[in-house]
Amino acid sequence: MPTFLRDASLKRHTVFDLLFRNLTRVSAFGVLVLLAAIIGSLVVGSMPAIRAFGFGFLTSADWDPVNDQFGALIPIIGTLVTSAIALLIAIPVSFGIAIFLTELSPRILRRPLGVAIELLAGIPSIIYGMWGLFVFAPLFADHVEPWLNDHVGTMPYIGPFFSGPPMGIGMLAAGIILAIMVIPFIASVMRDVFEVVPTLLKESAYGLGATTWEVMWKVVLPYTKIGVVGGIMLGLGRALGETMAITFVIGNSHELSKSLLMPGNSIASALANEFTEAYGELYTSALIELGLILFFITFVVLSLARYMLFKLGQREGQAA
Amino acid sequence: MLSLYTRRRIINAVGLAISMLAMLFGLFWLCWILWTLLEHGLPALTPVVFEQMTPPPGSSGGLLNAIAGSLAMTLVGTLIGTPIGILAGTYLAEFGQRGWLAPITRFINDVLLSAPSIVIGLFVYEVYVIRVKHFSGWAGALALSIIVIPIVIRTTENMLRLVPTTLREAAAALGAPQWKIINFITLRAARAGIITGVMLAIARISGETAPLLFTALNNQFWSSDMDQPMANLPVVIFQFAMSPYQDWQKLAWAGALLITLSVLTLNILARVLFRQKATTH
Repeated sequence: MPTFLRDASLKRHTVFDLLFRNLTRVSAFGVLVLLAAIIGSLVVGSMPAIRAFGFGFLTSADWDPVNDQFGALIPIIGTLVTSAIALLIAIPVSFGIAIFLTELSPRILRRPLGVAIELLAGIPSIIYGMWGLFVFAPLFADHVEPWLNDHVGTMPYIGPFFSGPPMGIGMLAAGIILAIMVIPFIASVMRDVFEVVPTLLKESAYGLGATTWEVMWKVVLPYTKIGVVGGIMLGLGRALGETMAITFVIGNSHELSKSLLMPGNSIASALANEFTEAYGELYTSALIELGLILFFITFVVLSLARYMLFKLGQREGQAA
Repeated sequence: MLSLYTRRRIINAVGLAISMLAMLFGLFWLCWILWTLLEHGLPALTPVVFEQMTPPPGSSGGLLNAIAGSLAMTLVGTLIGTPIGILAGTYLAEFGQRGWLAPITRFINDVLLSAPSIVIGLFVYEVYVIRVKHFSGWAGALALSIIVIPIVIRTTENMLRLVPTTLREAAAALGAPQWKIINFITLRAARAGIITGVMLAIARISGETAPLLFTALNNQFWSSDMDQPMANLPVVIFQFAMSPYQDWQKLAWAGALLITLSVLTLNILARVLFRQKATTH
């Protein structure tokens, strides 16, 4: 090939390489811009509310659109309480599912069962909401809540949390439905991290005569501790931001109540219900500030989750 | 007094029994929800659902405009989100070995992957809907595309990393420039996986309701203008299910069944497709 031709082709490819590399780089950079834009727009949108209420917004339980008084305490509490209920139920169940899928299940069933659990995560959240409102809540009101009232509601200390009119919808119902929704997320992360445990380690324990339970509890779990916590945080991040399912069943009431059987509100459900009907700058802005708070909380939780999973991955790399 | 040995065996049996129960517990909800959907949705799923527009309260009708609106917004959202996602994912996998951009992007992307979708709706409302002063199908599609991007980035990067380095080296040894190697060798080798990612992204956005509430809103009539408020299945389901009218609730169940079936089909299809391709390598 003549030299000048080769030079031209080389040059052309160098230019193409440069263009392509920068095109992909700009796209990757776009993700950072997107995050900055989300935070920026939320901050700008909530400026009127921040100026009007300051830090008092976080601690005030007022929510009075007529008099333009807004406080985020009730939705924040609702979000945290429903997510806490969800985790209390979801963590042990997910752990059980992960053990079953990694150690107990017959090899043929392992994949179909794993997919079935993942499908639970695929069901859109609005379906959970409808099912919760029309099927779960009535059953819950008829059979579970009266029992809770009679048996748990009379206990000292925890009693007040479980007494109240059996309405079906409320914080407890919302928490239970959230639990069903986050189980697949936590379970599949747990299964994945359990699978990184070196077989050698497990076989040594079995060789010493440990039972399956002991291997899980004393070898696998300590080895994957960070990853398991990361998975739980990931589920928490999901639970905090979950909107539609909660909106259907939480009852949407801006009243602070001690009982978990009473309706409440979460940040996401307040947004879903009120945003399009909000009138006046301050009302809209207060709702946007709620969104900002939600984004901040989930951002912190998810960052911690990713950091922990990353740490586990690093250790796995060292061991190999 | 039980011997240590018996006690350990009992603890083991109890623990394993509980984990089996946990598995059943998970499957139980899946079956119950699917059963409810079939029970309420199948009787409501008549041909009329696909032929008529959403009705005013108290009369019968279908979901045609909502189905069309959902399809249009999902399509546009996917078309916007996929190229950006694939390009950014390519950067992370192919050029991201050095420098600060790739690790930070990877981290932020993972966070965005599970960020609350309602906040994304708020964001699009703030930056787009307020500017043009009305809700529109474009705004809905934009919100959906923001959900698509992180999913596609994640799967693209993962799938490109599975492509053996020797393949890249072989192409490079033949004198192929880098842009050709990536476009014609590695991306092509990872094609099945990337398509899987896009399908999962479509499955995810076709059920999303929260981001559409403040962007596309709803429209009772047929609308082919993406610049107007647009009917879509999730928001119609939300509105109809929360209403006191029997006819509306029935349509909501029909819509719910439609969405769930399509989402689950996409999910299963994506897994089957990828599995087959993965084993032929």
